[in-house]
Parts: sequence; C-alpha cells; structure tokens
Amino acid sequence: MQTILGIPAPLLFGQLLIGLINGAFYALLSLGLAVIFGVLNVINFAHGALYMMGAFVGWFLLTHLGIGYWPALVLAPLVVGAIGIVIERTMLSRLYDLDHLYGLLLTFGLALIIEGLFINYYGVSGQPYAPPQALQGGYNLGFMFLPAYRGWVIVASLIVCFGTWLLIERTQLGAYLRAAVERPELVRAFGINVPLMMTLTYGFAVALAGFAGILAAPVYTVSPIMGQNLIIVVFAIVVIGGLGSILGSIVTGLGIGLVEGLTRTFWPEASSTVVFVIMAIVLILRPHGLFGRPRE
Amino acid sequence: MSEAVMNLRSRGGRRATSWILAAIGLAIIIVAPLIGLYPVFLMKLMCFALFACAFNLMLGYVGLLSFGHAAFFGMGAYVAGHAVKVWGVTTVLGIFGGAVVAGIMGLVFGAIAIRQKGIYFAMITLALAQMVYFFCLQAPFTHGEDGIQGIPRGTILGLVDLRNSLAMYYFVAAIFLAGFLVVYRTIHSPFGQTLKGIRENEARMVSLGYPVARFKVLAFTISATLTGLAGATKAIVFQTATLTDVHWHMSGEVVLMTLIGGMGTIFGPVVGAGIIITLQNYLATMGSWVTVVMGTIFVICVLTFRRGVVGEILARLK
Repeated sequence: MQTILGIPAPLLFGQLLIGLINGAFYALLSLGLAVIFGVLNVINFAHGALYMMGAFVGWFLLTHLGIGYWPALVLAPLVVGAIGIVIERTMLSRLYDLDHLYGLLLTFGLALIIEGLFINYYGVSGQPYAPPQALQGGYNLGFMFLPAYRGWVIVASLIVCFGTWLLIERTQLGAYLRAAVERPELVRAFGINVPLMMTLTYGFAVALAGFAGILAAPVYTVSPIMGQNLIIVVFAIVVIGGLGSILGSIVTGLGIGLVEGLTRTFWPEASSTVVFVIMAIVLILRPHGLFGRPRE
Repeated sequence: MSEAVMNLRSRGGRRATSWILAAIGLAIIIVAPLIGLYPVFLMKLMCFALFACAFNLMLGYVGLLSFGHAAFFGMGAYVAGHAVKVWGVTTVLGIFGGAVVAGIMGLVFGAIAIRQKGIYFAMITLALAQMVYFFCLQAPFTHGEDGIQGIPRGTILGLVDLRNSLAMYYFVAAIFLAGFLVVYRTIHSPFGQTLKGIRENEARMVSLGYPVARFKVLAFTISATLTGLAGATKAIVFQTATLTDVHWHMSGEVVLMTLIGGMGTIFGPVVGAGIIITLQNYLATMGSWVTVVMGTIFVICVLTFRRGVVGEILARLK
C-alpha cells in the first residue's frame, strides 16, 4: 500500500476529506457570523443553536410530514431565517445603542433557551437522518473512496459561500450594505431603510446557519448539542480570519478544517485543541487576524 | 465650598453605611448555619459568590468581559482535588496550589487576550477556555467524564477536622471573606482607580503614561487567582472536581450572576450568586428546564434589567 510520511494514503486522504467537510460547515457558519458582525456589530452566540435548529427542521419535516431532503434544503433555511427575523425585530434591535457586549449576552441567553428546550424534548442522543436517494453510494477516485453525499456537501457549501461573497462584494445591494456598515446615518439620509436592511441581514445570515444545519443532518446525527461546541470552534476561526472579512472567514474555515484533518492523522489527541493553539499564535503575531484590518 | 462639605459628609455617610453593611454581612455569615440553614448550600453559595466577585473585578471595574473564567474555576478544582487526593498534601496547601495554578494560567491567558477589547476579548477568552476544557477531557489526571471523586476534606494543619460540616463551613467562610477583602482592597486602591480610569477612557490613560496593558494583565491575574481559589474550595467542599466546572456553561453562569446582581458593584455578584444558586437548588429536579430558565433570565436581564439588583437599588437611593 502506498504511504505518505509513514501514513497509509487512503487514511490520510480520508482524514483530509473529513477535514474538508468540517471546513465546509465552519466556512458557512463563520461567514454568517462575519456578516452579522459586519452589519449589526453583534457576535451571534445563538448561531450554533440555530444551526442545530436547521437540522431539526429537516428531521421534523421528514419524520412528521414526510417531506424529503430537497424541499427541506430550501424550507429549513427559510424557517430558521424567519425565526432570526423575529429575534432581531423583537430583541436584538433594542440593543444597538448599547455596548456591543449586550448583543453577545442576549444571544447567549437565547442559545441556552433553544438548546435547553430541544434537549428537554429530544434528549442528547441524536436522531438519524438518511441522505437522499440520489446521493447515496460514492465514487472511487483511484486514491480514495468519495461518498457522494460528502462530495455534495463540499460543493454546496462552496457555491453558497462564494454566492454570498459575490452578493456582498459585487452587487448594488451589497454596496448599500457595505456603505451602511461604514456610515449608517448617511446611508439613511439617501433614503435607504437601514433598520430593514439590518433585519434582513440577520435573517439571511441565520438562514445560512440553518442551511448548514440541514446540510449537516445526514453527516452527523441530528442532536440538540450538535451546535454547542461547534460554535466555539467557529468563534476561534472568526478570530483567526479577522472579524469583518467575508472572504477571510470562508478561506479560514476551510483551512482550519484541513488542518484539523491533518492533525487527526498525525497526532489525534491534539485535533480538538489545534484550532485554539493556532488562534493564540495568530493573535500574538497578527492581532487583527490573518485577513482583518484594525478597526475602531 | 458647601458642595465640598456635602461631598465630605456624603462620603463619610457612605463609609459608615458600608461599615454597617459589612457588620451585618459578617453577622449573617456567622449565624446562618446556626439557625438551621443547610451548611453545604451556604458553602456552595460562598464559593460561587467569590467566583462572581473575582469575575466582576474584570467586567465591572476594567470593563472586559471574560467568557472563559470556567477554565480557572475548573483548573483550580482539578489541581486542588488531585493534589489532596493523589499526592496527599494538606487541604490548605491543595487549595493554595489550585489558586496559584489558576493565577499562572490567568497571567498567560491575559497576556494573549489583552491586546484585544470588547467582543474580541470575550471570544478569545472563550476559545482559550475551550482549549482547557479539551485538555481536561483528555488528560489522565482529570479522569475524563468521571472527574476526580472522593477527594478527602482533610484537616486544617492537623488541628481541625473538616469532615465536620460546621468546621468546614467556617473554613470556607474565612476563605470567602479573605477573597472578598482582596477584591474590595483592589477596587479601593490607587490600582483600582487606575483600572476604572482605563475602563472609562483608555486612550486618555495611555496618554497620561500608564502602562495600560500591564495593569489589565495584573487585574486579570488577580481575578483568575481568586477564581481558582473559589474552584479549589468548591472541590474540597463537594469532594469532587468534574468537567462541569470547566465547561463554558459555567463561564456563562458567572456572567449571569454578575449581571443579575449588578456589575460594577461590590455586593452585586454576591447577591447574584445567591439568587442563581437558590434558583438552581429549587429547580434541581426539573432537569434541562434549568437551562431554559437560566437563558430566559439572561434575556430578561439584558433587555430590561441591565443594572442588576444592587445597581438598581443604588440608582434608586441616589
């Protein structure tokens, strides 16, 4: 069998694939966090809980209403996005004039409520969710075996991430958004409804988390605690990439996934801590993150 | 002139009030277990009150929200538990060791995180604490999911047997009061005034020539040490040290205690710890509803009750 640095090649590529898939979820989630932070100046602690909700909406649709994966892929983000809009309108929007820390604390409380409710009804063991018929099976790439669904996860995540990037960096709407980040009063003076834009931004970014959730449902088990530890890794990724950089959060998300995969191959015990070690090193060398600019 | 007199008078008045409050507090602590209150509950309360006071030193007086204080609390507990149980050191030394290790961790974490402010600081401390959590999950001496169990309470210098819960109570009370006094002295010292200056206007403090970063790291180290002290004491009281102590839910809990009691007030964290611990005691049978209730209180506090209980009382008195 072919080996690379003493590791069998299929094992190495297998771990890299797992890393890439984790990275795809990191990218979707850290992108959402970066967008919310950029526009609302809020760190959304509830992001992990909403991601979990996305997966549960998909599971609920399938087991209780018989609605399959493909419609759920659209419906789950819509439901989660709608919940996000309610959260922003009724609670978050009251805190914009205060210290940004209150936004973090509010969403932390929301995360506790959401996760507590789900644990109460579904326990922590998790529910299975089968991948759709069309994506079962896999391809033999010669050097490794690629399950079809996992390939789809990577492709779908990349399309959505870069679509979002294009939307924000290359369209008229994105230009308004970026302008509203810099000078909200001036943009309002031009007759653009900034509060509405903030609401929709939060709804959209939260819908991204919901999308990641339904995408993750067939890969991991659907469990109330699936977003709990993930969100902290994503926080670290956002710090590494630098807050406020859209492309930075996507690239860092995928990169950290790969690094974790490599670490799992060569030093399994360190795989869950490596991201935090990288964060500490980045903070010492580049305090504003790899892609971030100093902002005040 | 008259304003100065007024100021002086009110300051004198305030000092008298704080002495009276301190005397009442001390009397309550001494009498509480004798009038039928459950000592273990009171000890838990004091451990968390000390934890919250130490945390409040950062949030309330430096203006930095640390979302990683569970790391110091949990490591204090683990170090004290391991030292007393496996190495057989005396209880006092074990608790001291827990506090020192937490303090060293605080120094390192502080040095890394202090370059950032606000939300960034919160996220970085949270991530660093999560690293500690994973370390505790895997390191052999913490016994993973089981935690360290059956930690002997031991004696104070071979004189007082701490298996007696009343003796244990007064031992914990002494630790709590000592820790509280350290916090009080820190806040009411020139050092504490400098910290408040940094909180209010950091740029001005820099231009006045204060080494701001060093002040913040020192405050963070003091806070971490006292947090470790609280964790170590808790480990001895309950004779266990588990992963719950290092989990980020614990970091969130102490934020909630400080918030509900009143951040930036001296007694606020004590009141907040009292409220939360009592509530948890009553809700203990409700399983994961506790989390939901905690989350709801969090949301309500943030939306409508940002000054907290003590903060609200002080605002009314003004």
